[in-house]
Amino acid sequence: MANQYTLDFEKPLLELERQIDELKRVGEEGKIDVDSELQTLQAKLDSLRQEIYHNLTPMQRVAVARHQRRPATLDYLSSIFTDFVELHGDRLFRDDPAIVGGWARLAGTSVMVIGHQKGRDTRDNLKRNFGMPHPEGYRKALRLMRMAAKFHAPLITLIDTPGAYPGIAAEERGQAEALATNIIEMAALPTQSIAVVIGEGGSGGALALGVADRVLMFENSVYSVITPEGCAAILWKDATQRERAAEALKLTASDLLKLNIIDEVIPEPLGGAHYDPEGAGEALRSVLVRHLGELRKIRPEKLIKRRAEKYGAMGAFAEA
Amino acid sequence: MAWFKKERKPRVSQRARLEIPADTWEKCGACGHIDIRERFEKALNVCPECGNHRRFSAEEYIELLSDEGTWKELNAGLRALDPLQFEHYPERLISSQKKTGQPDGISTGVTRLEGMTLHLGVMNFAFMGGSMGSVVGEKIARLARRSADKRTPLVLVCTSGGARMQEGVLSLMQMAKTSAAIAQLRALSIPFITILTDPTTGGVSASFAMQGDVILAEPGAVIGFAGQRVIKQTIGQDLPEGFQTAEFLLEHGQIDEVVPRGSLRETTARLLRHMQGERQQSDRASA
Repeated sequence: MANQYTLDFEKPLLELERQIDELKRVGEEGKIDVDSELQTLQAKLDSLRQEIYHNLTPMQRVAVARHQRRPATLDYLSSIFTDFVELHGDRLFRDDPAIVGGWARLAGTSVMVIGHQKGRDTRDNLKRNFGMPHPEGYRKALRLMRMAAKFHAPLITLIDTPGAYPGIAAEERGQAEALATNIIEMAALPTQSIAVVIGEGGSGGALALGVADRVLMFENSVYSVITPEGCAAILWKDATQRERAAEALKLTASDLLKLNIIDEVIPEPLGGAHYDPEGAGEALRSVLVRHLGELRKIRPEKLIKRRAEKYGAMGAFAEA
Repeated sequence: MAWFKKERKPRVSQRARLEIPADTWEKCGACGHIDIRERFEKALNVCPECGNHRRFSAEEYIELLSDEGTWKELNAGLRALDPLQFEHYPERLISSQKKTGQPDGISTGVTRLEGMTLHLGVMNFAFMGGSMGSVVGEKIARLARRSADKRTPLVLVCTSGGARMQEGVLSLMQMAKTSAAIAQLRALSIPFITILTDPTTGGVSASFAMQGDVILAEPGAVIGFAGQRVIKQTIGQDLPEGFQTAEFLLEHGQIDEVVPRGSLRETTARLLRHMQGERQQSDRASA
């Protein structure tokens, strides 16, 4: 399993994995019974992995959330949804591959799924702009959200972006307006909506797909007003202070649950979603089905009212 | 050697002699024009020479957009907390409060403009860069909800560097909270005008600032989503001249009009009369 995708804090696992591989090879070649040694080593590996993953620092979680192999929107679309038909373009300028969306079926129900899409490799990442959308990506998303409401289908969004792209063309075409419009329209969208942070929830670019009746986060995903690097650069003029910034920003799923920003944390397989994509998919599927079942009983007008109340209650202040 | 022993008059300092206070003269940061302070003040802190719009305080905007004596502040008692126990946040709040004499980054209230009742919110860049934390978000949301209840228009004068980092994701959620309140105004067709002043960026531009039915901006104001330093770092090249100015946004179809400060009052009033339509009459009758 040791490869280029191993994270720094996973290095202690490497040695054990190497020993297990070696032992397996010896066992096969020499026809010696190594089962009991193998079991011991495997148990040791499992307990070490548990220890590491149960004690991740916020910045380590950021690393897991950004993992190159972490399942992305299209992975979930092919693993837990069926009948997916991708819909492209904002009808105004171009199709932005940093956001994907379309009709899909979940447990028999037609739903609209929209998500940020990071690349699987360098080439794909260049096409997908590392999951950083331009305004036309958000406008495509808006078009699909409206279509969901029009046909009384629930909306499911999957969030995984470092942020909306900060570039000249993005500004020229109104990045701020695109985000602002999605946020206000999602607040009043007349259909059921569930937003799930599957990886990185980067600021306004995440929120522009993230205003929903239910907001869920995978255990090792993060959601923040600014990246730890950006925060460190502003506060301490030093991007290497990102550990400290990640700690201060309270950006992990359990932090957001405590702050009453999200409704539920979706547990991940040990070792992170990338370690067992099928397990992660199954966890997501069952949670989505449960929430959809609850939300489908509520009329859209009531959903909008409750949504406004929910967001209206967010924040911490004193009143003299 | 007496020929050079000139009798010296005691030297009187020029300042004392002329009795001109130190702050009589003002210099324009853009063109270098120097003029007496009074002329800057008369021109609403716009340079009489080059038209550069210098910063205007929240109180000054309130005065500019209100009929005399009609402003009534609302929710002045809201105070920020430190929900994340973020390094040095309480100290920064206190120093900003001392500097500005204000409890947080926005003043909200009800006022009258040319006889029309409206709800007005004015952000204050001097308070932690006009950043939006829970207090700013709450005050705007309450103001918008009150506008909806009372069926009176909402005008927000914006200036902000974005969401307030020290309240983390709670600040981010203020974008959703203010938007949800403004969505109610939309549903009721209540006019909402935003006036963008220098600078309006980040989470504020990506929420209520860009949600106005009509979006006005002052000349030269920097408006955009991403900060210029971040963009430069990302693309690794210099930015074009005039990038992200009000004029740039007007040209790219992002805002309705660039309005000099001297015309803001009249333009806002005229727009409200148009947008209020029939409702204006009943507003006057009931007020």
